[in-house]
Amino acid sequence: MKLISNIRNDYQKNRSIYWLCIPIVLYYLLFCYLPMGGIAVAFQKYSLGKGIFNSKFIGLQNFTNFFNSYYFWRLLRNTFLLSFNNLVIGFPIPIIFALLLNEVKNKNFKRTVQTVSYLPYFISVVVICGLIIDFTNANGPISQVLALFGMGNISLLGDPKYFRTVFVSSEIWQHMGYSSIVYLAALAGVDQALYEAAVIDGAGRWKQTLYITLPGISSTIIVMLILRVGTLFALGFEKVMLLYNPATYDTADIISTFVYRKGFEDYNFGFSTAVDLFNSVINCSLLLITNKLSRKFSDTSLF
Amino acid sequence: MTATQKSPGRIVFIIVNTIIMILVCIVCLLPMWHVLMASVSDPIALQKFKGLLMTPIGEPTHKGYLLVMQNPNIFTSYINTIIYVIVGTGLGATLTLIAGYILSRKTFRYRRVLMSMIVFTMLFRAGMIPQYLVVNALQLTDTRWAVILPSLLSVFNITIMRNAIEQLPASLEESARIDGAGDMLILFRIVAPLVKATFAVIVLFYAVARWNEWFNAMIYLTKRELFPLQLILREILIINQNTVTAGADISSGLDNYKELVQYATIIVATVPILCIYPFVQKHFVTGVMIGAVKG
Repeated sequence: MKLISNIRNDYQKNRSIYWLCIPIVLYYLLFCYLPMGGIAVAFQKYSLGKGIFNSKFIGLQNFTNFFNSYYFWRLLRNTFLLSFNNLVIGFPIPIIFALLLNEVKNKNFKRTVQTVSYLPYFISVVVICGLIIDFTNANGPISQVLALFGMGNISLLGDPKYFRTVFVSSEIWQHMGYSSIVYLAALAGVDQALYEAAVIDGAGRWKQTLYITLPGISSTIIVMLILRVGTLFALGFEKVMLLYNPATYDTADIISTFVYRKGFEDYNFGFSTAVDLFNSVINCSLLLITNKLSRKFSDTSLF
Repeated sequence: MTATQKSPGRIVFIIVNTIIMILVCIVCLLPMWHVLMASVSDPIALQKFKGLLMTPIGEPTHKGYLLVMQNPNIFTSYINTIIYVIVGTGLGATLTLIAGYILSRKTFRYRRVLMSMIVFTMLFRAGMIPQYLVVNALQLTDTRWAVILPSLLSVFNITIMRNAIEQLPASLEESARIDGAGDMLILFRIVAPLVKATFAVIVLFYAVARWNEWFNAMIYLTKRELFPLQLILREILIINQNTVTAGADISSGLDNYKELVQYATIIVATVPILCIYPFVQKHFVTGVMIGAVKG
């Protein structure tokens, strides 16, 4: 075998490299590749007692059950809309914040605002969700402020109408400062000589922003956008899981939370795995497509 | 228009912009301030209160903190989280350094194969149940390893590390090789000290992720004495199971302290991090910038 002799030759040269590889390869085999074998469960009527080797093979039945169920469109819509709203509203805000912060000339003030704006990022997800629940209940500060505008005394997280708004706003609150870091770095890299030339040509501040600053950071914006679009369906579900409740499933239930409930609450492992596999396939294709498009149009790619 | 003379429009802009920046700061700080004030307020008055607290209401009290300190769950889970953060970050960061080194060795024939194997796991995940079945089959459930191992390595961090090592001058390594140094020696004596800054960034990334983790612990652990802090916080803050007040005698009046305990818990669980982050944030800034450069 050629492969074996190749490995043997290479091993002679890179003995320690091979030894160092062991824990890393082992980790990926055990915790990433071995589970891929478990995907077989998606095609089984899995029973806990019989295990993966003895459960009954039922072909695509779990998938057809899912596609024909009432949940299919609701989950697809909720996952997409939650993610999409988060992208459309949440994406430009850190850019605008970075542009405004860049206009602050006082170094100390700028640094203070920056540090303070990172603060929410360092609060754990569980605590953030605890805060959201507390602030949006009927007596909470946010509901009270909304009551001033005639919204009545309502618990925002009890009403499916407001779930996306609460989710997206809190995401912005938590990530605005931290996400702006990368744009601030890009802004610092824009050639200052261009501004001087523009002033001589009579361009005002607005024109400078439009024709120098924005083009200067556009490649960073594009890379960030590709990353976000590529992971559109891989929305972090931990926060949704902490915030939703049966009353808001109508808008809040997303594919991964459904997978969790089917798997760990109903113990319907086969069905849960099938839904999860469907989600993985969408994620994977979305990433591959965006990566291909970005390679074609902007010379940047993720891998 | 000269540099020293500002147009009226510019002055208006500067004023408005400063106000916006101050508002951003207020919005970022206010929620934690409210929690801090509520955590020392009078519990009965707090239950009736609506809106945002700027100062504590009623007689200030530290009873909430006393109750949190007496809660053995919080103490044990704090210790557990520290164990998970230290062991998980230590192992993860070390293996990331090793992986970064291996992947940057041009003489290693299967470098690309290994890289593809690692990147593919970012593209396609097996999913929740298959992962659970494997952890179960490895008999890790209800051990600390079930929390530590499944999320040990991050592809993103490995890529950052590989890029940092690739950027080191090749001459350093060559001269070491001429002196007879092997890969182990080069990695730990020459490369490691040179990528200290990147290593610090990666340690921080792993540590923050570990600190935040609760989901794996929830599905793999049933023994309460192994629970990380975030899982206990979830019980107290989200599911509203207050282990401090729930078991207490109604006549003791402890039931009224439920909200107070929630607020005090938030402070106890968050303040250590909020005290540390201003000092480590520059590492995060570096990290985000390295990450933004193509992986």
